[in-house]
Amino acid sequence: MAKQFIKGNEAVVKGAILAGCELYFGYPITPASEIAEGAAKYLPLVGRKFLQGESEVASIQMCYGAAGAGARVMTASSGPGLSLKQEGISYCAGSELPVVIIDVMRGGPGLGNIAPEQGDYNQIVKGGGHGNYKVIVLAPNSAQEMCDLTMLAFELADKYRTPTVVLTDGFIGQMMEPVDFPEPKDISRRKKKDWAVFGDAETKRNLINSIYLDPAELEAWNKHLQEKYRKIEENEVRFEDYKLDDAEIVVSGYGIVSRVLKGTVNLLREKGVKVGMLRPKTLFPFPKKKFAELAEKPDVKFFFVSEMSNGQMVNDVRLSVEFKKPVHFYGRMGGVVPTVNELEREILKLKESEG
Amino acid sequence: MAKDILSTPKSFYKEFFRKPDADKTNTHYCPGCGHGVIHKLLAEAIEDFGIADRTIIISPVGCSVFAYYYFDTGNVQVAHGRAPAVATGLKRANPNSIVISYQGDGDLAAIGGNNILQAANRGENITVIFVNNAIYGMTGGQMAPTTLIGQKTTTTPYGRAAANEGYPIRICELLSALSGPVYLARGAITDPATIMKTRLAIRKAIKAQMDYKGFSLVEILSPCPSGWRMTPVEAKKWVKEQMVKIFPLGTFKDETKEREPIAYEKREYTKEEIKQALGLDKEAPHFSHSMDDVKPIWRNPKIKISGFGGQGVLLLGNTLAEAGMEQGYHVSWIPSYGPEMRGGTANCHVQISTSEIASPVVDHPSILVAMNLPSLDRFEDDVVPGGLIIYNTSLVTRAPKRTDIESIPIPATDIADKLGSLKVANMVVLGAIIEKTGIVTEEAAISALNTVVKHKKFIPLNIEAIKSGREYVRNL
Ligand SMILES: Cc1ncc(C[n+]2csc(CCOP(=O)(O)OP(=O)(O)O)c2C)c(N)n1
Ligand code: SF4
Ligand SMILES: [Mg+2]
Repeated sequence: MAKQFIKGNEAVVKGAILAGCELYFGYPITPASEIAEGAAKYLPLVGRKFLQGESEVASIQMCYGAAGAGARVMTASSGPGLSLKQEGISYCAGSELPVVIIDVMRGGPGLGNIAPEQGDYNQIVKGGGHGNYKVIVLAPNSAQEMCDLTMLAFELADKYRTPTVVLTDGFIGQMMEPVDFPEPKDISRRKKKDWAVFGDAETKRNLINSIYLDPAELEAWNKHLQEKYRKIEENEVRFEDYKLDDAEIVVSGYGIVSRVLKGTVNLLREKGVKVGMLRPKTLFPFPKKKFAELAEKPDVKFFFVSEMSNGQMVNDVRLSVEFKKPVHFYGRMGGVVPTVNELEREILKLKESEG
Repeated sequence: MAKDILSTPKSFYKEFFRKPDADKTNTHYCPGCGHGVIHKLLAEAIEDFGIADRTIIISPVGCSVFAYYYFDTGNVQVAHGRAPAVATGLKRANPNSIVISYQGDGDLAAIGGNNILQAANRGENITVIFVNNAIYGMTGGQMAPTTLIGQKTTTTPYGRAAANEGYPIRICELLSALSGPVYLARGAITDPATIMKTRLAIRKAIKAQMDYKGFSLVEILSPCPSGWRMTPVEAKKWVKEQMVKIFPLGTFKDETKEREPIAYEKREYTKEEIKQALGLDKEAPHFSHSMDDVKPIWRNPKIKISGFGGQGVLLLGNTLAEAGMEQGYHVSWIPSYGPEMRGGTANCHVQISTSEIASPVVDHPSILVAMNLPSLDRFEDDVVPGGLIIYNTSLVTRAPKRTDIESIPIPATDIADKLGSLKVANMVVLGAIIEKTGIVTEEAAISALNTVVKHKKFIPLNIEAIKSGREYVRNL
């Protein structure tokens, strides 16, 4: 369909509408505000609804309500707002409500700054709210993927009845790139969610709920959730592999860092260094198997992970590699984006020391 | 009479199938608790209005967390205090449903204080049943925001002291200061007469919602014998003698007659309408161009554009990238963002490439545009050998020091000023880039302006500026 040169954050809004998002509830925060503004601008034009909630705490609960009422719904924020949304995310997970949440990460902790960072990995991928739950986490690294993965988030959220987060950073949100937008999804042909509470006779006996007083019952419910997460791990892993076939060094990162890393791979390849990139597009489920496979390959000497954080995703890489090969980490924080040459230098240094 | 009122309505389950224990006919509430009575008043109203099928009752966190055991309606259980926010989501998703938020005083007036305030202020078309029992019943009798002065609770063992805990919150009085609510009333359930009034208030509140009139709330003073450490009889007496003094009964607001109903339109938009609304109904124009015609050093250019905020550096970058896209290339644009954005300077990074763009960040530009002196000072050293520096001599008072680069001095601000607007200095520079490098054609740049410039009336002036920039460079 139409190609547009557009900001990542705006691509999220258009993607959401094309995916059939019916409602948006959110509270403004840099660098995610264009999503709220775009939603406020476009949703009413197509008969959908936008409401600025009084806080992130409220916005996610509005999503809880709308999702419980069977609608496709979205909210977006950045770190400080995500911290507040954790209450609602846990409830959505416990009540199995499909809500799409966009986190355009900024610098932290505390108020931090509005520069791009990736310090929310743990709070999003590892939980952050209370209880034994997971959310599906998608990690776009271009404006095109901001659209595509937002659309996918709606499909996966519905398929698994689970909150789904698009985890991105201020850089990807603020960057403009061409996006090929697909055709709008046909909402009228979507199956009515037979578990939701629409406020009609047909669904009157339905209950949206996360309370199970009896420990045995709650354990059974938790097992049900865990089984769902296992299925997600089995079916929904997505990654990009780049020049991995003969790679001796495997680099990895997500979001904006993966773009810089790709530049570094290209540069090193020109110099004859055998380096390739494995970029997770899903952070949960994490491409564990692919990492493990690479760790088994005799060619592969070591792994190099870069993040704009103190080292969060690297722990998942380590768990996947299981000490079979060294896993090195290089991080920048506070909003500093590593450069292609900086990463090249780090990798070459390691190449030297790893022999 | 009381018995008559409290006969089991149909929308109150006879057998509580969701209740996990063996006893499926008695509620989980303590003897003498107000919740049970209030449930029945509510169920009766739902029944009489014939709205059970489209009603959704929200079970809060508090003793009424299990309200869903009892109501033969749609049920949603929610987090502590968040019922008004969830109600908002439910209602906005399905405006024809009847959404009833059932909340205790801790839930509504403490942890959910802002949620109720904002929902009320929005005039959210929901009904709130607010059970004020001056205590946290469920957690064993701690202080509530409605606890009376001097009242002993487990967290005010010496009695609530105004100096430490403040005063009981009067929700009806508080909310009646807002324009949003259409109906606010406070009732009790101490005797048949007050029950009768409360019964009517609940109906009025629900009717307001059915008529799309907006936010309605009924506060009900409700005994909690267990939390208060009293017998049911003492508890009733305490409501009458103590609570009513602080929480007077009555109607605090009733604009149900005056208020216009909220109109809802629900229509599904066609794919064509959606595409049109999103501006996706037309293809971007295409212009032919070959990078082979560009001098090798400027092919697939990495461009940095820097200047004061207000010099249009972001727009210049945006136009270049848009034009590049319309010529069929991969392009990227990132604004200066975060730590780079200090002291009122702005810059952006643009790439135009025949192959996929890996990192969109431009650390070493092949083309640098310096609209002011700090930009030249800051980025000159980063330019790749053989690269191009275009600098605005109207503001940049020195030439580049580098000798391994090419440079174009251009008085962009002065040229723009002569054209009638300082704002188009950026377009003068665009003209210079086009003339010198040929990375985008004038045709593509003008087409890009149509997409990028918001106020179409400025386009002719922008075009004139591009042409002037080209001419200036041609004559250098
Ligand atoms: C976030 C959170 N904090 C605290 C609690 C514990 N808690 C459960 S019910 C309750 C008080 C409820 O009191 P109220 O709303 O007055 O309802 P009542 O039981 O008196 O009807 C509290 C503090 C909780 N469930 N969640
Ligand atoms: S503790 Fe109080 S509010 Fe809770 S059920 Fe018992 S009497 Fe009712
Ligand atoms: Mg209470």
